[in-house]
Amino acid sequence: MGQCSFPILSVLVFVPLLGAVTLLFVRREHESYIKGFTLVFSIIEFAISLPLYFYFDEKTTAMQFVEKLPWFPEWGISYYLGIDGISLLLVLLTTFLTILCVLCSWKAIETRVKEYYVTFLVLETAMIGTLCALDLVLFYVFWELMLIPMYLLIGVWGGPRRIYAAIKFFLFTMVGSVLMLLAIFALYFHYFKTAGVYTFDVLELYKAQVPIGLQYWLFAAFALSFAIKVPMFPVHTWLPDAHTEAPTAGSVILAGVLLKMGTYGFLRFAIPLFPAAAFAAVPLMSILALIGIIYGAIVSMMQPDLKRLIAFSSVSHLGYVMLGMFAFNMQGVEGSIYQMLNHGISTGGLFLIVGMIYERRHTRMIADFGGLSTPMPIFAAFFMIVTLSSLALPGTNGFVGEFLILLGAFRANKLFGILGTTGVVLGAVYMFWMFQRVMFGEVTKEANKKLVDLGKREVLILCSVVFFIILMGVYPKMFFKKMDSSVEGFLKFVKERNAQYLALEGAPSPVAPVKVAPVKVALDTGLETALDKLKNPEK
Amino acid sequence: MEFMVSAENFWWIVPEIVVTACALLVLIVSVFDKGERVTTACGAICLVGSLTSLLCLLSIWGESADVFNGLYTIDPFGTFFKIIFVIILVLVTIISLRYTAREEILLGEYYTLLMLGVLGMMVMVSSNSFITIFIGLEVMSLAIYVLCGLMRDSVKSVEASLKYFLLGAFATAFLLYGIAMIFAATGTIDLKELNVFVSSRGFAATPVFLGGIALLIVGFGFKIASVPFHMWTPDVYEGAPTSITAYMATGVKAAAFGAFLRVFYTALLPLISDWSMMLWVIAVLTMVVGNVIALVQTNLKRLLAYSSIAHAGYLLIAFVAGDKALSSSVLFYLIVYTFMNIGAFTVVILLGRKGEPNEEIESYAGLAARHPFIALSMSIFLLSLTGIPPLAGFMGKFYIFSSAIKAHYYWLAVIGVLSSAVAAYYYLRVLMYMYFKEPERELGAVDLSPAYVIVILISIAALLYMGILPREVFLLAQQSVCIF
Repeated sequence: MGQCSFPILSVLVFVPLLGAVTLLFVRREHESYIKGFTLVFSIIEFAISLPLYFYFDEKTTAMQFVEKLPWFPEWGISYYLGIDGISLLLVLLTTFLTILCVLCSWKAIETRVKEYYVTFLVLETAMIGTLCALDLVLFYVFWELMLIPMYLLIGVWGGPRRIYAAIKFFLFTMVGSVLMLLAIFALYFHYFKTAGVYTFDVLELYKAQVPIGLQYWLFAAFALSFAIKVPMFPVHTWLPDAHTEAPTAGSVILAGVLLKMGTYGFLRFAIPLFPAAAFAAVPLMSILALIGIIYGAIVSMMQPDLKRLIAFSSVSHLGYVMLGMFAFNMQGVEGSIYQMLNHGISTGGLFLIVGMIYERRHTRMIADFGGLSTPMPIFAAFFMIVTLSSLALPGTNGFVGEFLILLGAFRANKLFGILGTTGVVLGAVYMFWMFQRVMFGEVTKEANKKLVDLGKREVLILCSVVFFIILMGVYPKMFFKKMDSSVEGFLKFVKERNAQYLALEGAPSPVAPVKVAPVKVALDTGLETALDKLKNPEK
Repeated sequence: MEFMVSAENFWWIVPEIVVTACALLVLIVSVFDKGERVTTACGAICLVGSLTSLLCLLSIWGESADVFNGLYTIDPFGTFFKIIFVIILVLVTIISLRYTAREEILLGEYYTLLMLGVLGMMVMVSSNSFITIFIGLEVMSLAIYVLCGLMRDSVKSVEASLKYFLLGAFATAFLLYGIAMIFAATGTIDLKELNVFVSSRGFAATPVFLGGIALLIVGFGFKIASVPFHMWTPDVYEGAPTSITAYMATGVKAAAFGAFLRVFYTALLPLISDWSMMLWVIAVLTMVVGNVIALVQTNLKRLLAYSSIAHAGYLLIAFVAGDKALSSSVLFYLIVYTFMNIGAFTVVILLGRKGEPNEEIESYAGLAARHPFIALSMSIFLLSLTGIPPLAGFMGKFYIFSSAIKAHYYWLAVIGVLSSAVAAYYYLRVLMYMYFKEPERELGAVDLSPAYVIVILISIAALLYMGILPREVFLLAQQSVCIF
């Protein structure tokens, strides 16, 4: 059915905000009430998001559940929400992970409980808004709004170096996004010049004809902003700090959803708005992605801190996402989206596990552990499954994603495919080695002998994670069928547009080289006309 | 030429007359006694006067007329600015009702000077002639020189006053000399005649004329606190009583920008290629120097002073762009800036006590745990200054940077947004102290008087309104610049 008159997306965006505002009026002493209230709200939110999946029409490439209201009509700004197969699953991931985050913070957060949950609900509003916005201004508003709650989560409830990490996180993201804002303006005024209409509507702007020279600049600005968020090598340095210092739930939501905003931004904005530049950037982006995969894995191996290790493994995993996306074929892009979800579940799961052990031992150093499987057998089993999923064992979700990405990368460029595959081996090395050092062997530390195994709440959290790991591993069709036509439409669109631009640019064709020259001038490639003149001085 | 002033002319300047009359009334009232009660009564008169003036202004919104033989003009542009000034007057008066009692500035003249300052500002933005602009500027400046030094026991206050007076007099001289040079080159001080003159076919900009423009830029640049004419700003902002700092940071800047815009966009727009380059350099310097020096400030008033310098830089971006319709972004930004700054300075006042200003950033440590409301409102003001949506500061920056992009000033816009990212660091530093740190010493009870709370709430409401639903105010600003 796809369309329904009920404004479900607006409700999804604003229900958490409503919850946050309500919480503001609750007395801070009622901690258990606050926790319960937030949990109920996040479950309601998840329940509201489920119909999206069932009512989503998988046959169309168009945006669904669309809501459009004028916001500032003179400027072409509108309140425009809608989702397609790409954002649908990410929205569901967000609402799902939020429940887990609320649950895992139950005991871990002891100070300023009320503010913590308020911040968290505001963050959820911003995340869902970012995923649903189809108007560039609305998108930007939500995109920037995500910064503040995350900054507070790291800075107030984080570890010892939290202030440094929080400010680094904020400044990195801010620098990227302000440049993107300028690119948005440039695109906006350019579209006005060619089409005569002021609009920030993304779907309209997809149709803009942007000269190649301008396109490179604008793509660069968008790509920088999203690459910082992903994060791609070499702008990834904020991530290990932010992850290490953030509280468990912060890390989960950061890895699970916030990083996906970068990759999602590429899919929704940077690539379709500037297809020719995106295609031209394939080698650069693929190489950076590969460096990310291999570098992330190698650095991961050497980390003494569990959270830092997982943070660098994120750099590696997100490298796969980017590699698949820039393969520009069905396998690559679908694998890339699938890997986004996987990473949310598996890495989110790993952070949850580290959080649980941290609550018990107040340390995350690998050297402080060893032989934990003896006192904590249930924990060991869950940890094993999540580890295997993270290193992409067949039968788990990770395998499906990485396999498709490598397939796609191999089809696009054999060398990239081969290099990408080495990351899988390295991934197994750091994950297994870490697991071995933490879980197996003799219990050497006295403190580890008395560790208590998981409680009911923790088992519940991890069960739901494992459920999705296996479901997504053995029955991926359930998820792919929702995104198939959207991805197909996306690829068809960007390829056609790229071909158009190439034709305009006048790719050297032996038949009529002279006729191409005037078009070249129009496209601001003065250098080539100069070369042309040099070749034919008599003209 | 025949000079006739009909009585009708005076109807147009009723808002100015109301302000002046109340100023004089306060002067008379304060002759009789000097206590706290009389000062409060003077404050009440001032409040009533400014609200009346606001009503009068709203009733003449949208109308235009040339009065007093073309020396003075009533148009939406001037009215927009006057509304800003009167709003500033209202808010500052409300704060002062409490602040003057605390700091024992028990002088009715305080309010007289506040109102006369606003009168000067009003005259400045409605003048059609250099001479009236100059008179307005002087009325405003003289009032503020005195206001800065009202805390006679405080060395800093007196120093601020003297410094501002000396440098201000110097800058005024530059302005006057610029006017004289333009007069020498063109033979007129009337803005409309000047415009006709420079638009005429045979006009060529002589060195004397260009020198005049340069001196005008120096004069206005001093009042808006742009680099390199900014040296006075931190010292004066720090030394002056905080309510006056709020008044100066918003009112003087807005008035100077109003007159600056009117002169350069009505009379001198044909010469934009000559002056925009100079302003480009000043804008870049102002943003970069303001933001970079603010990074190392430890006193919140000084920090806000440097931030106000940086904001003058952002405003100059829209100025340089030279797009008539988008010059409304200056107006929109100024009104947003007014609320953010008055709000922030009110919080600074709120945390101080007599003889114990608590202006160091360290004294904000752990504020969130003790006074969540104050910390939250300060965060809103600072985040708005940073330009984070959905607060109005974002919409203001949005508007300004879009005007630069539209006019193809790409580098200017890039430098602007990057320096605003630098600015995020020092605003967040205050946030960090409030939320992430533990207090170093006991803050003690805070005087949450309604006078402060009302101003804070009004500012927050305005910032949220203009941030989420900016359309109305945008359109008003656009309507105001139709005169160009």
